[in-house]
Amino acid sequence: MLISVASGKGGTGKTLIATSLALALKDYNRVRILDCDVEEPNDQILLKPVITGEAPVNVLMPEINEAKCSHCGICARVCAYHAIVVLDKQVLTFPQLCHGCGACTYLCPEKAIKEVPRETGIVQWGNADQLSFAQGILTIGEAMTPPVIRQLKTCSTSDDIIIRDVPPGTSCPVVESVKGSDYCLLVTEPTPFGLNDLTLAVEMIKTLGIPCGVIINRSGKNDASLEEYCEKEGIPVLLKIPLDMDIARAYSLGTPMVKAQPQWKNRFRQLYENIQRTLIERNRYSQR
Amino acid sequence: MKEIVILSGKGGTGKTSIAASLAALADSKVIADCDVDAADLHLLLRPAVTEQHEFWSGHVAFIYTDKCTECGLCQEKCRFEAISQFTVDPVACEGCGFCARICPVNAITMHEVMSGHWFLSTTKYGSLVHARLGIAQENSGKLVALVRQQARELAKTQSTDFIICDGPPGIGCPVISSLSGADLALLVTEPTLSGIHDLKRIIDVCHHFAVPAMVCINKFDINEDNSRDIAAFCQNVNVPVAAKIPYHNSVTEAMVKGVPIVEYCHNELTEGVEQIWCRIQNTISN
Repeated sequence: MLISVASGKGGTGKTLIATSLALALKDYNRVRILDCDVEEPNDQILLKPVITGEAPVNVLMPEINEAKCSHCGICARVCAYHAIVVLDKQVLTFPQLCHGCGACTYLCPEKAIKEVPRETGIVQWGNADQLSFAQGILTIGEAMTPPVIRQLKTCSTSDDIIIRDVPPGTSCPVVESVKGSDYCLLVTEPTPFGLNDLTLAVEMIKTLGIPCGVIINRSGKNDASLEEYCEKEGIPVLLKIPLDMDIARAYSLGTPMVKAQPQWKNRFRQLYENIQRTLIERNRYSQR
Repeated sequence: MKEIVILSGKGGTGKTSIAASLAALADSKVIADCDVDAADLHLLLRPAVTEQHEFWSGHVAFIYTDKCTECGLCQEKCRFEAISQFTVDPVACEGCGFCARICPVNAITMHEVMSGHWFLSTTKYGSLVHARLGIAQENSGKLVALVRQQARELAKTQSTDFIICDGPPGIGCPVISSLSGADLALLVTEPTLSGIHDLKRIIDVCHHFAVPAMVCINKFDINEDNSRDIAAFCQNVNVPVAAKIPYHNSVTEAMVKGVPIVEYCHNELTEGVEQIWCRIQNTISN
């Protein structure tokens, strides 16, 4: 089972929830957590994993052999990202713009282009107690996160449950991280920003056709508009975590919620069972 | 005209609340919301939209099944795993056009994609340029660049002193697009270990793009030890701390009211925000 933990708005508690869900399940299943927020990976801060391996993330980019190049300009014309400029006697490439599609290399009539790897990040893996862990880290100054996320996603093979901690927002890094999930947990908070960004996240998840449920973090007396919205959209509110200074303080020190307040372990296990039931029912319904 | 961008690395540290307040405090400015995939600034500034424009950007491949001979070349060459069963997954397609160029029977065309909208609005506090990226769309960086360009043009015609940009979380494409060429980055952090980790990365990004940075420690009283660590770290890397702001319910209350916090109440917190604005003005005029 592959569960993504996402939210439109940043700082709603994705990392808090993804790590606690993983820790609550690890005694019963083989669980792996993947930190897909490769721009700002924070799961490591709470889980303190022992890193046992790492691999660079390379994107392929063109290298021009000027001796063979006739400066015909075809490579520049076929590049959709304007990553190549052909001058009279010289070809300039802009690595940060290149998506590594390979069109220039394939279409060069002189066979003057070779693709060479360029490192844009790393993927690391390891263990935190019996929990399998992996994260991607985007190199400072690099713009494109999807290649790092794509490679990170290949880290999970033999696990029963995979939990992906997704970056904030609703655009390409989020889509790349969520794609392929069986279920998506959307974390929100009872503020106007929380509601606004939840509606964007729900639209995105519906576009991808992934079933989802909501967790209200810092829940309190202002939950009504979130609950109303969820009811209107037919999305279950699966869990509420109260606004609690002890949880906030533990998080500030890098202590996972289920370690600070072990009573939450059961709630997270129930949450998982709830998701399991939903998926079984959904499956049965779609087979009919 | 000086461009100030508000960033944080970590999400949810208070960028938008602070950006809205700076927008209310600054006399002569254009406001830009560069968080195009989860924009919230409009909830505090309540804009009246005067112009709405479509944002056409990028392409997506389309296979004409009547022409397709199912040779499989496109599928084999696509690096984004966007083609299977001779159909294109528009979400996975990155619009490179490689498939369309190599299809031996010209069965593939590239369609332009409308990736969102951008808006020019008036608010009580001045003009606002904002945008909304289409659901599950790419090119957020390009849309941010467009928002900034429009804000600059507006600032020029209105001869304003400042552009105040509310930025997105993270350090990737839309952040780089919000940051590059700005005059100052205000980095809003919180005293959690995650906040500190993410602050260090966004400071590195600012250095990488040679944009001067300044830090605001928000909710500093959640963990005062961590706040001291942040201040010490900032001193080490020569990034000034503009203010330390306490945690306060009034932030959420102002949000519910839909007004910038400095217009909602006067307390320690709003004094902190005013202090930030003074520091920004002093730094920029030096």
